[in-house]
Amino acid sequence: MVVLLLLLIPLIGASFLFLYKGDHQFASTASLKLSLVSLLVMCLRLFCWHTPEQLSFTAPWLTSLGSSFSLRMDGLGTILSLLTTTAYFLLFWYMRSRTIERPAAFFAWLLLAQVGMLGVFLAMDSLLFYFFWELALIPMYFLASQWGGARSVSVTFKFFIYTFLGSVFMLIGILYLQSKTADHSFALESIKKIKLTSDQQSWLFWFFFIAFAIKLPVFPFHTWQPDTYEESATPVTAILSAIMVKMGVLGLLRWVLPLFPIASYMWGDVVMSMAVAGIVYASFLAMQQVDLKRLIAYSSIAHIGLMTAGAFALNQLAYQGLLIQLFTHGINILGMWILADIIERKTGTRSIDSLGGIAQHSPTLTIFFVIIALANIALPLTNAFVGEFLLFAGVLATPSTYYWAFAVAVGLGIILSAVYTLRMIRAVFYGQPSARTSMAIRLALHEVGALVFIVGLILFFGICPQPLIDMTADFSKDLFGQTDITSLFRKS
Amino acid sequence: MNALFVSAILGVLLMLSSLFIKDRNYIHALALAGLAVLFAINLAEFDGWLLFEMDLSGMLRFDRYALVMNAIGLASFFFYLLLSGSAMEKVGPHHADYLALLFFICAGLFMVTGFESLLILFLGIEVVSIPLYILTGSDKRNLKSNEAALKYFLLGSFSTGLLLLGIAFFYGARGNFMATVSVDPTVVGSSLQLAAVLLLLFAMSFKVSVAPFHFWTPDVYDGAPTVFTSFMATIVKVALFAAFVRLFEDTFSLQFSLWQPWVAGFVVVTLLIGNLTAVFQQSVKRMLAYSSIAQAGFMLLAVYTINGDSKEGLLLYAASYSLATIGIFAVLVYLQDHTFEGFNGLAKKQPIVAASLVIFSLSLAGIPLTGGFLAKLFMIKAALAYQPWLAIVSVVMAVVSVFYYFRLIQAMYFRKDAQSISIEFPKSFPIGLLVTALIVVLLGIFPEAILGLLYF
Repeated sequence: MVVLLLLLIPLIGASFLFLYKGDHQFASTASLKLSLVSLLVMCLRLFCWHTPEQLSFTAPWLTSLGSSFSLRMDGLGTILSLLTTTAYFLLFWYMRSRTIERPAAFFAWLLLAQVGMLGVFLAMDSLLFYFFWELALIPMYFLASQWGGARSVSVTFKFFIYTFLGSVFMLIGILYLQSKTADHSFALESIKKIKLTSDQQSWLFWFFFIAFAIKLPVFPFHTWQPDTYEESATPVTAILSAIMVKMGVLGLLRWVLPLFPIASYMWGDVVMSMAVAGIVYASFLAMQQVDLKRLIAYSSIAHIGLMTAGAFALNQLAYQGLLIQLFTHGINILGMWILADIIERKTGTRSIDSLGGIAQHSPTLTIFFVIIALANIALPLTNAFVGEFLLFAGVLATPSTYYWAFAVAVGLGIILSAVYTLRMIRAVFYGQPSARTSMAIRLALHEVGALVFIVGLILFFGICPQPLIDMTADFSKDLFGQTDITSLFRKS
Repeated sequence: MNALFVSAILGVLLMLSSLFIKDRNYIHALALAGLAVLFAINLAEFDGWLLFEMDLSGMLRFDRYALVMNAIGLASFFFYLLLSGSAMEKVGPHHADYLALLFFICAGLFMVTGFESLLILFLGIEVVSIPLYILTGSDKRNLKSNEAALKYFLLGSFSTGLLLLGIAFFYGARGNFMATVSVDPTVVGSSLQLAAVLLLLFAMSFKVSVAPFHFWTPDVYDGAPTVFTSFMATIVKVALFAAFVRLFEDTFSLQFSLWQPWVAGFVVVTLLIGNLTAVFQQSVKRMLAYSSIAQAGFMLLAVYTINGDSKEGLLLYAASYSLATIGIFAVLVYLQDHTFEGFNGLAKKQPIVAASLVIFSLSLAGIPLTGGFLAKLFMIKAALAYQPWLAIVSVVMAVVSVFYYFRLIQAMYFRKDAQSISIEFPKSFPIGLLVTALIVVLLGIFPEAILGLLYF
């Protein structure tokens, strides 16, 4: 039932806000309360509710087609739901002090997007998964277009077309799999029972992978990403990059790897090459950027590249690191976007050249920024360190013959990320104050609250990552069992 | 069978009504009431309840599928009247006559969906076409309307000629007009039979505006008064598709290998031409004309595959496509400017209308949670079983369709209008539109509402 509750809370909130056009005060308070309720439900799930009946929900739906409304929260679903509810709560908390045009519609679309994303994370039926996949896209389309910059309409449309194009191929893949199941069902369980030849796996792999690669985005499918991140309103960008890209990772972990293990091994080198090429390419581009948002956007491509490489490293170490990283990356990048938004709002610019010297007048902001930025480059004792370390170790242990090349590229990416992040910190916060930064930046209470929360999460999970590992250990073990290529060969 | 006779009688009634009833609102109400009766007696026929017994000599057969199709047509007609009935006044003073003609068309459509003899098919198509020619030219002082009517009439007559020739060859091959499978080997392979298959294929393709027989469509749809374009692009078209499927399923399933490649080619050409041309249109009305060609490409997959999936899909397609297109046309009638710019800033001025239009556009583009998605899903699923590449072409073209349907959304929500012309809708119009949109959404969530009628 908890899964249904998680979907219903934002859905009811969204419909209510669409109909009741309140002012900013009302809309943001209502959304904050709803997100708090969602977070509490999630906490109850973590501490009290563990039985399978509580964690899954199935209702008949489209039975004539062979589909059903089936949701279940496994380890992957747990960590992503936790991320979603936490990130939404933090973002809404921060939004209390940030005004926005047409607030009721804005918050309503955000909540609707939450329904879509949580649905994607929890769906155990491929058709339902596709429904939610698109349901998450439509609110994002409106959010990014309506509340964005001057070019946002065309940029967002590009994003929409890209994603839609990818997803229709996935739809063909889903329909093909359904036609192969014994009971003509879309359920994940039935699909897993199909015996696919390696040729079938091979083309199905690409039909699914492209949809997820565009969403992630993996180089060379990333061209929509920097523009969309730059042009969207920053809270929207935060949701896009903290939560929505995780839909792509989830797609890999729940659908591609377990359903097409042989193809994942066969094409692993190709995908890994794409991923590490993306890491290096995006890191170099990030170093060139003068726009704060574009810089974070490119750094995000690099992080995603690492996650993709980890997914195709096909060993348990990498899976475990990836699962932790799903949560920590989301929290850290959310913090980065909130900080970028604060700087842009208070100084009126996000061009790195016209900033500088913020530290002289605004030490609090600087401390927050440095901690979150260091977490973003995975310094030890921050939350991202554990995940990134495991990912790196996993890539080194990959069954591919080119493991050393991938490891070198990934290592280079980690070093470069430190380079551009530290450069950014220096350029934005140190040096001589410019005209725009000569005034002290005062943080509102809600802003401090949200940032303290984020820093708390960073430090807590940096020192004590065990809860995150416990939450996902079963899943990574299970996943490894399904994709372990040596045992697959032994079997056949 | 009930609906066939009653709709013809209603047509006559409405024609005469203008002599006695002067108030248009009463005529309008009479038509709506008539439709409700039609719908009810059509539903009653599901349980075998007939108004009267009559010997049809096996020339008409109203099976479940035909009855469901008729019910969908009648429901669409109801929403059509509700939304754009009052807009007929703009066309000319003969309100009652237009309604009468629409009911005659309905009678023709019921013949077409239930035909068992090719003669009935021919008669039905003529009963549909002739009132349509008149309605196309009903805006008498408009040159474009006249041109469209003439064009439609000339090309329509030509295709009717093809149809008739095909039926004649059919008779030559088989010695009867019955739409049944003939296993006689002298019939199956005979050249007369082959000529009949191709001629009928071409004639039907023309009627449902499948490329390369679509050239009349944009001009006729554009020239005809918008209210009537809406009717012929939706209710008429989907019913003719039902006849198309019935003809080829019942009659020519043994010549499958002969006509299937042709149909596959038509599907591809129709999807390509319809979608790619629609992208470049500036007028929403012409865009909808090309979109109706593009959607015909999807519906043609039902003819191509002829199996349970695609036949069910055609029903969903009929309902969701008709309602969505009727909805967009209904708004278009009230706009001064028929280009995309005419929709600029509509979201601010008319939020309910704009939200409904978003749902219609999403449905036509095939986005999940709308009827249009499930309709396309059925078609693609059916096509995948035969030709995977055909499924791939169709989904890629569905992505292309996003380009033009989303222009509508972009205009309404993201662009401000330069000169703020206020757009006046009748009071109850937005609510009616919203109800239509909700039905489109419900079709996407509970398609069993329609498909269940087939079996229970």
